[in-house]
Amino acid sequence: MELFANQVLAGIATGAIYACMALAVVMIYQAIDHLNFAQGEMAMFSTFVSWQLMQWGVPYWGAFVLTVAFSFAAGIVIERLLFKPLAKAPILTNVAGFIALYAIINSVAGLIWDFTIKQYPTPFGSSPFLGSQLISTHQAGMIGITLLMLVLLFFFFRFTRVGLAMRAAASLPESARLVGINTSWMIALGWGMAAAIGSIAGMMIAPVVFLEPNMMLGVLIYGFAAAVLGGLSSPFGAVMGGFLVGIFENLVGTYIPGVGNELKLPIALALIIVVLVVKPAGLFGRAIVKRV
Amino acid sequence: MTAMLNVKDLRAYYGQVQALHGLSFSLNEGSLTTLLGANGAGKTTTLRAICNMVRSTGAIEFEGKPIGTRSTENVVRLGIAHVPQGRGTFTNMTVEENLQLGAISRSDKNAIGADIERMYEHFPVLKQRYTQQAGTLSGGEQQMLAVARALMLRPRLMLLDEPSFGLAPLIVRDLFRILGKINREEKVTILVVEQNAQLALELADQAHVIETGRIVMSGNAKDIANNEDVRKSYLGY
Amino acid sequence: MSAAEEVEVVTEGQAVEAVPKRAMTLGYGTSLIVLAVLILIPLFVKNFIIFQMTMLLIYALAVMALNILTGGSGQFSLGQSAFYAVGAYTSAILMEHAGMNYALTLPVAGIVCFGFGFLFGQPALRLSGVYLALATFALATAMPQLLKLGYFEHWTGGVQGLVVTKPDAPFGLPMGQDMWLYYFTLAVSIGIYLASVNLLRSRSGRAFMAIRDNEIAASAMGVDVALYKTLAFGVSAGITGVAGGLGAIAVQFVAPDGYTIQLAISLFLGMVVGGVGWLPGSIVGSAFIIFVPNIAEGISKGLSGAVFGVLLFLVIFLVPHGARQVAIVAQQLAAKLKKN
Repeated sequence: MELFANQVLAGIATGAIYACMALAVVMIYQAIDHLNFAQGEMAMFSTFVSWQLMQWGVPYWGAFVLTVAFSFAAGIVIERLLFKPLAKAPILTNVAGFIALYAIINSVAGLIWDFTIKQYPTPFGSSPFLGSQLISTHQAGMIGITLLMLVLLFFFFRFTRVGLAMRAAASLPESARLVGINTSWMIALGWGMAAAIGSIAGMMIAPVVFLEPNMMLGVLIYGFAAAVLGGLSSPFGAVMGGFLVGIFENLVGTYIPGVGNELKLPIALALIIVVLVVKPAGLFGRAIVKRV
Repeated sequence: MTAMLNVKDLRAYYGQVQALHGLSFSLNEGSLTTLLGANGAGKTTTLRAICNMVRSTGAIEFEGKPIGTRSTENVVRLGIAHVPQGRGTFTNMTVEENLQLGAISRSDKNAIGADIERMYEHFPVLKQRYTQQAGTLSGGEQQMLAVARALMLRPRLMLLDEPSFGLAPLIVRDLFRILGKINREEKVTILVVEQNAQLALELADQAHVIETGRIVMSGNAKDIANNEDVRKSYLGY
Repeated sequence: MSAAEEVEVVTEGQAVEAVPKRAMTLGYGTSLIVLAVLILIPLFVKNFIIFQMTMLLIYALAVMALNILTGGSGQFSLGQSAFYAVGAYTSAILMEHAGMNYALTLPVAGIVCFGFGFLFGQPALRLSGVYLALATFALATAMPQLLKLGYFEHWTGGVQGLVVTKPDAPFGLPMGQDMWLYYFTLAVSIGIYLASVNLLRSRSGRAFMAIRDNEIAASAMGVDVALYKTLAFGVSAGITGVAGGLGAIAVQFVAPDGYTIQLAISLFLGMVVGGVGWLPGSIVGSAFIIFVPNIAEGISKGLSGAVFGVLLFLVIFLVPHGARQVAIVAQQLAAKLKKN
């Protein structure tokens, strides 16, 4: 029983990584109705920017704030330059665009900062949290930051005019235009916010997985899975999905014999698919009824 | 009276198909005008073309300004509210959020609260349901909400696309009574597209008849209602 | 008033826009010209280029298989690399362990993959859009790991993989192994292409397209949606399996890491570049995924990924509907010239 409890705790610790990323995934899904395959790379690039700032002597929280601001602006610029022209193109063409963006960012980051693994600092320290070896103060801090972002997002969407306008633009673009909302800019804003949230996720994740151009590859897949599991329409669901995926993955690794590190991912994904077959809108998502 | 809206030689296209063939009309400030016509005559397309929601050519002037090249949201921001066919309700938001969205492009934030209260006076049923998801409202209530949402813009001109569609006759009467009141008391110019010609002609003071993308008759609503052709084609007696 | 729209009107919200049935294929004249070029080129080029052209055909088959699934029935898959792997291993194992003739292993690979795809299509029925993408993605990531498992090592060769012998030209034909394999692949490809064209023109093809355009309307017309959707998965997987088998013979080697998610992504890009729903575009898409990474590497070694991304962006900016759009514009130009 103690083994089980420990593995769940360890799962929550890893799950925090996925939850963080899943929040960014849900953000972009709300804005553009699609998953952005380049999102992990954007987060990785942001994390490198913050690392570079720290190398230049900027203190941690200063670099943190500057990076979030940079990422927000970069997200908007990417949307305006590369994806606004594709707004009328088929969805699959947009997906190809995400893959192209992925290749570009990954390759440029590799050229600027090369592919060697770098240490990345944490502001929370890395001693055991409340005496537990399984969860460090950094991981506890990461969970705290994730929950804080969740609360902020909730207030933003519920109680601000911009948040209301973004929700309207996402759910019914035509009606939104008819009340005077510039839906095209709402999409850009969604990109900016997703990039900003992604940059926070990257900076939280980097101390755990170390900083290098491919650091987000696995994380993004888990982030997608978490967001899909929790329901793509719900930030709360995404965070819960993140923790659940973390726990899933740990339990699978512990209790199913012969599952090495490499089979963990497919098995976790398979479990998620089973959940989806039973509950297609995800655990916390709202089923969307399409009119025909 | 000056013309508030001037539409000249409007042609609209869906892909390769032309839906409007050089349509011209104007609306007087403060008037309540109805656009009559059979299915597919181009009534909805006319409203959509005014808000630039369909590809079109021609000249559209609102209060002396050409608006043909403005995007939909910028047309709306001039004070043209459009209640679309099917109502366009934000079904997964609350009634109150829907009303707030109606006012989202306004800059006088302080007056919005008072306007919402005023809407609740016009439509008491909305007040009872203000925290409910708009999707749970009945069709009639959603239509009231759609009109209220459009009024939250404090529009100069309101375009309504088949407000009576799918509603019970009693509710339609009620809705049209409120529209008349809004037109008189709030000085909102109204252009309403209707299938229910009889009701529309009772309510309106001006009327235009559209056939296959052209205006074939214009004038005083009473005269139009008495016209023999119109009676036969649209009123059925 | 709003800017003039593109040549075609795209319905928003639909993953795949409706393609008229005839537009999915090529006219006779053009087909014959393409065929002649494909037959003649190997006579004038070096062996390595012949090998690349063989791979071009093989990937074109795999891209076309995905195109039948996505362009034909509106389902999306990031798991094609898994079917390709199963086909490759089936051929390799039959040749090396059972000593079967290489040509005979291909139908077996096709049938095995058809069954696999058909079975996979069952749970996939409940999923669509991003969910189906995730499910097929899971399949693609799992496949290399499954192939490495110790249980199957006797057959699969584990991480090491299997070496496959390259066949000689039969009947003492005076041509090298590469050239023979090229013509063999060409013949198989043409056969499968013609069969696919006929399939899409048949009753089943119409059922696929009805499902793609509107699933609910299709079921109201009496199309057995579940059957045809799983069938589309089966057919797509079967063709991919044959391509995989051919690939194994051409590369003379199968190993788990040759069939990662990257292959699935490449095939997806090939479909988009070629034009979703347009079968002849598959060969253009295949050329893109084989040659553009090489070109990118040639332009800049350190930034090859970025160059590839930029080239891909250029293509989708200029022709968001892929090679099909180019073909349509060319056709219209030709029609205009004829009139004058």
